[in-house]
Amino acid sequence: MKIDVGYVAELARLELTDEEKSVFQPQLENIVKYVEKISEVDVEGVEPMMHGRPLVNAFREDEVRPSLDREAALANAPARVGEEFLLPKIVEGAES
Amino acid sequence: MSELFELGVKEAQAGLAKGEFTSVDLVKAVISRYHEKDGEIGAYLTFDEEGALKLAEENPKAVPIAIKDLINVKGQPCTCASRILKGYVSPYDATVVKNLKANGFIPCGRVNMDEFAMGSSTENSGLGVTRNPYDTTRVPGGSSGGSAAAVGGDLCIAALGTDTGGSIRQPASFCNCVGVKPSYGRVSRFGVTAFASSLDQVGPMTKSVEDAAILLKALAGHDEMDGTTPRDPVPDYVAELAGASMKGVKIGLPKEYLEVSGLDPEVKRITDEAIAKCEGAGAELVPVSLPHTEYAMAVYYIIAPAEASANLARFDGVRYGHRSASAKDVYTLYTKSRAEGFGPEVKRRIIMGTYVLSSGYYDAYYGRAQKVRTLIKRDFDEAFGKVDVLLTPCAPTPAFKFKELQDPLTMYLNDLFTIPSSLAGVCAASVPAGFTRPGNLPVGVQFICGGFEESRLLRICRAFEEVNA
Repeated sequence: MKIDVGYVAELARLELTDEEKSVFQPQLENIVKYVEKISEVDVEGVEPMMHGRPLVNAFREDEVRPSLDREAALANAPARVGEEFLLPKIVEGAES
Repeated sequence: MSELFELGVKEAQAGLAKGEFTSVDLVKAVISRYHEKDGEIGAYLTFDEEGALKLAEENPKAVPIAIKDLINVKGQPCTCASRILKGYVSPYDATVVKNLKANGFIPCGRVNMDEFAMGSSTENSGLGVTRNPYDTTRVPGGSSGGSAAAVGGDLCIAALGTDTGGSIRQPASFCNCVGVKPSYGRVSRFGVTAFASSLDQVGPMTKSVEDAAILLKALAGHDEMDGTTPRDPVPDYVAELAGASMKGVKIGLPKEYLEVSGLDPEVKRITDEAIAKCEGAGAELVPVSLPHTEYAMAVYYIIAPAEASANLARFDGVRYGHRSASAKDVYTLYTKSRAEGFGPEVKRRIIMGTYVLSSGYYDAYYGRAQKVRTLIKRDFDEAFGKVDVLLTPCAPTPAFKFKELQDPLTMYLNDLFTIPSSLAGVCAASVPAGFTRPGNLPVGVQFICGGFEESRLLRICRAFEEVNA
């Protein structure tokens, strides 16, 4: 199985150097080849298992409660302005 | 009398109750041991001396506990041993930390791990090297390698680890500790950085089975912040240890774990001797088969990276963590911050996970892996219809040397015996069983019980501790 490592890394929003690509390429192909072992198993009619324990919806009352304090939530921000996270411009032509 | 830092939880609590020493004495003993010994071992990333002493003054009967660096403790760093979280300070306590504090424990320091818990040797830490206290030329195992080295090297009284595919049990085996991976859902994961959400569990790493029972009793239970934790009552794991015995225990011996090639001969000898000791103490041995075991590794290395690739999308340089200085726009803010912050194994798993989830491949990989996971779970259900517990090797080898396992897939094979029970969501523990000859390296054996059967598991582990003494 040939993986386009550069393309998949783009999907994952991860920049790779050419050296990383050439190291990862055979490693990942090796891992993918290994995991393809599961194609041998007959899974006809078998339900998928999503979790370690069967789950039902766990609801709580929909009431307003205190949450993390705004200052605490912003304390680890790499850049902020006032009470907001600061980011580079997202929309072309918009005021930054 | 032993040095205070050598004590386990039970002994420390007994000494505190009798007034032989105070919590401050205990914390000071651990601090001085840390200064004396951790330069050589490297178990801790940071030690909160001031904070631990303050809590000890406020709680004179409390016991200090080392915390794996992906569990949030308010006011302490939480880096997951990754450069991407360097400088991050937790704004809140994880539920397990709240539970510890409420039950007389003090989080004293952050212990090293493989970056984001991805690895089996702690060599993937982006922030430091941890050495095995039994042989410093060897790894402590992983991903909870710092926790194991701290317990095994008497650098703490006990530690918390996390286990996704063996990350508590394999390092416990390498460093002569007891390590318990609770059943999925038994312990809250709120405030624990997510790796693979359908597998992650927090558990104790300790110097004795009784210590593990004391800690698990404090950790376990329903948490409204984690929807996977049911309201099932938490048994008194400590009281239930009373009278633990091997007599009449039906031990299943799965051939898929015991008749494998590549099992280290000393691990095989120690496991065989453990089995014989259990039988000698009155256990009944029952050969069992878990036929889908051979697919467990493949299933895990689809499901865990897939879930990790989604969970780690949150590290994007926006709200916390590293932000690249060379980002020109939002796209390169993501791609460059992540490139600069993550180490190679994390990048590999993100790519692997993104690949198996990508359009056109989902059904063949992730969808199919979830179905095979059902079959693996059924194997365990069937076995537990016949036996009380399974006894297996914990890791295929004793602690290996640094840089000994270079190929990622070879490293993954370390988790061969721990992954199937993680996928099944049942509980399992590694208990020290013996030492290699020559080499004198610790080796643990693994006991596995059904889901939410921690009482039974701990009783059997306690009985084994006794027959193996």
